Amino acid sequence: MIPGSFSYHRPTTVADAVKLLSTLGDDARALAGGHSLIPMMKLRLATPEHLVDLHGIDGLNAIRRDGNRIVIGAMTTQHQLLASDEIARSLPILHETALLIADPQVRYMGTIGGNVANGDPGNDMPALMMTLGASYQLEGPTGPREIAASEFYQGAYFTALEPGELLTSISIPVPAAGHGYAYEKLKRKVGDYATAAAAVILTMAGGKVASCAIGLTNLHETPLLATDAAQAVIGTSLDDATLKKAAAAAVAIMSPAADARGPVEYRKHVGGIMVTRALKRAAGRAG
Amino acid sequence: MAKTHVTMKVNGAEVEGLVEPRTLLVHFIRENLQLTGTHIGCETTHCGACTVDLNGMSVKSCTMFAVQAAGADILTIEGVANADGTLSALQEGFRMMHGLQCGFCTPGMIIRAQRLLQENPNPSEEEIRMGISGNICRCTGYQNIVRAIQYAAAKINGVEFQEAAE
Repeated sequence: MIPGSFSYHRPTTVADAVKLLSTLGDDARALAGGHSLIPMMKLRLATPEHLVDLHGIDGLNAIRRDGNRIVIGAMTTQHQLLASDEIARSLPILHETALLIADPQVRYMGTIGGNVANGDPGNDMPALMMTLGASYQLEGPTGPREIAASEFYQGAYFTALEPGELLTSISIPVPAAGHGYAYEKLKRKVGDYATAAAAVILTMAGGKVASCAIGLTNLHETPLLATDAAQAVIGTSLDDATLKKAAAAAVAIMSPAADARGPVEYRKHVGGIMVTRALKRAAGRAG
Repeated sequence: MAKTHVTMKVNGAEVEGLVEPRTLLVHFIRENLQLTGTHIGCETTHCGACTVDLNGMSVKSCTMFAVQAAGADILTIEGVANADGTLSALQEGFRMMHGLQCGFCTPGMIIRAQRLLQENPNPSEEEIRMGISGNICRCTGYQNIVRAIQYAAAKINGVEFQEAAE
């Protein structure tokens, strides 16, 4: 399995990469970690005529704190996220999620920018970014712009990226001190995409949920925010009746595709269970 | 398609070759360099038989292009033995603990385990199992592979290898 022929470009600046992507148009694809794109190219499901490799651009893989936000360069690998003290301290759910992506070799190469920008409903980071209220910095032929993660995903493999645009970094507000978090992912084996997964960030006050956000992975053609489910738990102590209500509200917005991971009803069912587990585990961790 | 001239360091030696952009690193290693210890087991980024060490990372060489590796420092299974030709601690561990049956996955396992032990010289059994989760053995299981890595870790740390109690 060898990919079709293409021309290889290795720009050294974001401006040059944007220029190449704009000029070459639909025939070009940006190459980040490549662990979604290259397998697709080997299967000839993707046949770009030009690859614009972003590895030659300096400074796209830095993790820095900017006030009360963490800014992560698009070319930061999952391995770098896992090795970062700043991420472990400020965004432990990101550490937990990165650890559930594929396997060690893939995590050395796979990037957060590729994961969020590809638009694959199976990718783990998009739902998490929506749960965290992250925003994406894009650079295009007409200059930079910023877009909320919650507005980025429009369909399977279809995002708000305009032709020639590149995602350069992700900005995430640091959750409140003492917040609880959990990413619950059901998968068939190590390295697999989620059959169903749920991300939860919440805060507790006086034994009751004070704030909550819930995101869903691979349960729709785009990542989802389960807003009604999150609303249902606020002000409660997460008793069994509330957990059931929240799971039902989350299941109501799921419309997964039937695939080798199971039929629709099964995936919705376990999706509800992931929401319940993530809520319980997040509450247990809240300080 | 025009070929590109690439140079890189493989097992300490400078190598060069002409490759198409679509040439995968594993094909460059096996066919251009004739280093056939790096195997192709699945071609879909799952099995890990093609794992090499590249600039301090374990990577699946079937999922990157040789042009991307230009200038890189690569270690393959052919480069892991000690300088005097004796087996490395991991190679010895795989031999002593019977960490292989058909041996097809072994080069990728050893290269991956070497990086794992460099990052975590004293891994728990759980950490070893997670650390090699990107490498598939299709013969039976992983019990002896885990023991082989535990043996090597003990040897590298200068302590006596002790079998975990059943």
